[in-house]
Amino acid sequence: MKKEVIKFLIFALLLLVFPFFAKGGYLLNVLVFVGIHTILAIGLNLLLGFAGQISLGQAAFFGLGAYLSGILTGTYAVNPWLALIAAALIVGIIAFVIGFPILKLKGHYLAMATLGMGIIAYIVFNEAVDLTGGPSGLSGIPNLSLGAITFDSDLKNYFLIWTFTLATMLVSLNIGNSRIGRALRAIHDSEVAARVMGVNARLLKVQIFSLSALLSAVAGSLYAHTMTFISPASFGFNFSIELLTMVVIGGLGSIYGSFLGAALLTVLPELLRAFQDYDIIIYGLLLILMTMFMPGGLVCGLPAVCGALFPKRKERGKGSA
Amino acid sequence: MLKISGITRKFGGLTALDDVSLMFGRDDITGVIGPNGAGKTTLFNIVTGIYTPTAGSVHLEEKDITGIPPERLAKLGMVRTFQNIELFGRMTVLENVMVGLHTQSRSGLLACAFKSPGHLREERAVRERAMQWLDFVGIAELSGVTAANLSFGKGRLLEIARAMALEPRIILMDEPAAGLNSRETAELALLIRKVRESGITVALVEHDMELVMDVCDYILVLNLGRKLAEGTPREIQENPAVIEAYLGEG
Amino acid sequence: MQFFEQLTQYLLSGLSTGAIYALIGFGFAIIYNTTGIINFAQGEFVMLGGMTTVYLISSLKIPLALAVLMAIPLVTVCGAIFERLAIRPLRKPSPLNLVIITIGGSILIRGLVMLFWGKDTHSMPSFSGSEPLNLAGATILPQHIWIFAVTLLIIIGNKIFFSCSITGKAMRACACNRTAASLVGIDVRRMVLLSFVISSAMGSMAGIIIAPLTMTSYDVGIMLGLKGFCAAIIGGMSSGIGTVFGGLLLGILESLGAGLISSGYKDAIAFIILLLILFIRPQGLFRKAETERV
Repeated sequence: MKKEVIKFLIFALLLLVFPFFAKGGYLLNVLVFVGIHTILAIGLNLLLGFAGQISLGQAAFFGLGAYLSGILTGTYAVNPWLALIAAALIVGIIAFVIGFPILKLKGHYLAMATLGMGIIAYIVFNEAVDLTGGPSGLSGIPNLSLGAITFDSDLKNYFLIWTFTLATMLVSLNIGNSRIGRALRAIHDSEVAARVMGVNARLLKVQIFSLSALLSAVAGSLYAHTMTFISPASFGFNFSIELLTMVVIGGLGSIYGSFLGAALLTVLPELLRAFQDYDIIIYGLLLILMTMFMPGGLVCGLPAVCGALFPKRKERGKGSA
Repeated sequence: MLKISGITRKFGGLTALDDVSLMFGRDDITGVIGPNGAGKTTLFNIVTGIYTPTAGSVHLEEKDITGIPPERLAKLGMVRTFQNIELFGRMTVLENVMVGLHTQSRSGLLACAFKSPGHLREERAVRERAMQWLDFVGIAELSGVTAANLSFGKGRLLEIARAMALEPRIILMDEPAAGLNSRETAELALLIRKVRESGITVALVEHDMELVMDVCDYILVLNLGRKLAEGTPREIQENPAVIEAYLGEG
Repeated sequence: MQFFEQLTQYLLSGLSTGAIYALIGFGFAIIYNTTGIINFAQGEFVMLGGMTTVYLISSLKIPLALAVLMAIPLVTVCGAIFERLAIRPLRKPSPLNLVIITIGGSILIRGLVMLFWGKDTHSMPSFSGSEPLNLAGATILPQHIWIFAVTLLIIIGNKIFFSCSITGKAMRACACNRTAASLVGIDVRRMVLLSFVISSAMGSMAGIIIAPLTMTSYDVGIMLGLKGFCAAIIGGMSSGIGTVFGGLLLGILESLGAGLISSGYKDAIAFIILLLILFIRPQGLFRKAETERV
């Protein structure tokens, strides 16, 4: 347990210190998105990596959170923090309710049902023009503020987002190593045996689905307040696939893996700006190749590759000058 | 302790079980035997809440448990092991048993998420207890091994340790000797007796006649979904109808 | 009277899109019945049918009929390649891995098409001109007749193939029990390949016959694929009447919904139906529920 705590503190410290080395706002801006994507990826990972339940509709909850926050604060001038809490709770409750029928399904059927759910949400975002502004989006969303500080710059947003991201990581790491985490993984490996051991699989799956949706909604609210403008294009099927890719690449069941996956897939398009049209090809290839050759994700794959390239590292270090 | 009355189960046109009744005595080791296709596993699946019967009822210590799902049966003290061992393959041996302690612990999602002191205390206790159960079946040294990497025989033992961790009143084992060699089977017989000595009622579905005749106090013989005979091992061995069902006529 | 005519119009266009959904649904059902896999990339074969034909016509100046006849085998080859590269190498795939790989495959195909043939929407000439005919007060285009005719032929072909031919029966055997099938000498891997070949052929045909009416572009596959899947689900994954009924039902409900309620939410109708069926009767309207064996 101690090792885990130290690992997390080092990670948090590196993040804290990073802005002082980053030259200019661009890198910080990218990291703000890495943070938001990490929250989303962790949400999906809890559902997919731990409990083994496929969801291709996470973008729906992300979008719902964003729109709820945006509409409450933009059109109805509700306090942004209250709106964030309200959005998270509302989305969590909606997910809890639809979770019961949806999670009775398994495998492909579950995948399709969540896909359908995601697309219905996307269509609503586009069509409910009076509420959401339709395809042209919703603008004028206020920034979050705490006392005298308004989060309107890259640096301030960086700290705002990463506070939430680190909190999400901490909570998820705790869950993963706990009784509930074991119960989830048990459901994944053998749902029938888990039930025989007294795990209320049905309820737990719905709870984790709801938690995952809640986290996605929080990410959505943060996204809305950071961007001050949202449109349906960010919440479609493509983004759900992107999230899936992040989680698969990083490593199912690994919280740090979700960070890696999110980081890679947020940074990669920036690096490949010149090759913008290649991005979906790369996602497709990554998904296929990772599933075939590195099913444990980067978290398992990278150490394995390193181990293969640099065998018996310790002995070499001792022997050489 | 456990009473099954008039259990009937049809799957479409197929009648898998037809009016089966039996009493499983407290602290007994009761065996259910029969040729392949007799309906033994189906019977177990019904008793343990995985299927619902088309007709009939199951009572656990006077309480009607017919159709109650497995997760609730666990809280009532009933547990089972599986014919094709259903381990949590990607978790370690110790973690498998810790899941068995799920009903003995209480931390919910929030307590786990925020690492409440109660949760931490409970984790330590669960871990210790799990090690004790691994010791009970004799695989304590394998606690850190990934379950999927265990040999079949050790996997069986792990399943039993996991089931014991639930602190059940009754444990139903579905063909526990399947895939074991004779040395492992003899060790299994000892373990089953040890389980009974700790005050747990045992019910077995089995094919291995030596094991059944060795450990069971009472036996039910099924054939083609119907009760063929019941009695002590000696009575069953001498029952002509049983002999015929297994070996065919003369 | 005018309402009645409108209604007939909706029904007619609903039937024709429904026929397309049924064709696409067959593709899902055939692969599923042989392999147990839901091929998320099915919609892309539909898209490839239309897009390949358009490419052959516009860039290589090949006449329509020839282009159609060339496009189908070309897409079928893609289907075979997909099976070889993405599906066959997997040894013991979990449903999750299969879902991810077929999704990966679908976005790869989509990306390649977008890269080579651009993002534009393309139109394709109708097979026998666009002179509308009048049927019970509704306008019907010749292309609609093509759609019904081709669909009918394929349904009949399916029925004959799966019920009467050895290969067809072999494929059905694989669906029921792969191990048993291989034990009686059926080359399961070849059956798997064949199922992909048939499905991509059918998918491409569906894409070709609808393209003159709805235009085609690199991303039409997603929606069409999902709706085809919905048709197959309603039909209980049957490669026969069930899926036909599912497709037609879906097409008609969609068309009526778009006409009578709102056209913006038209696509949502299909997915709401999908969700309802999955929640209430996942085995479709035509099959009995299955019990899981432990």
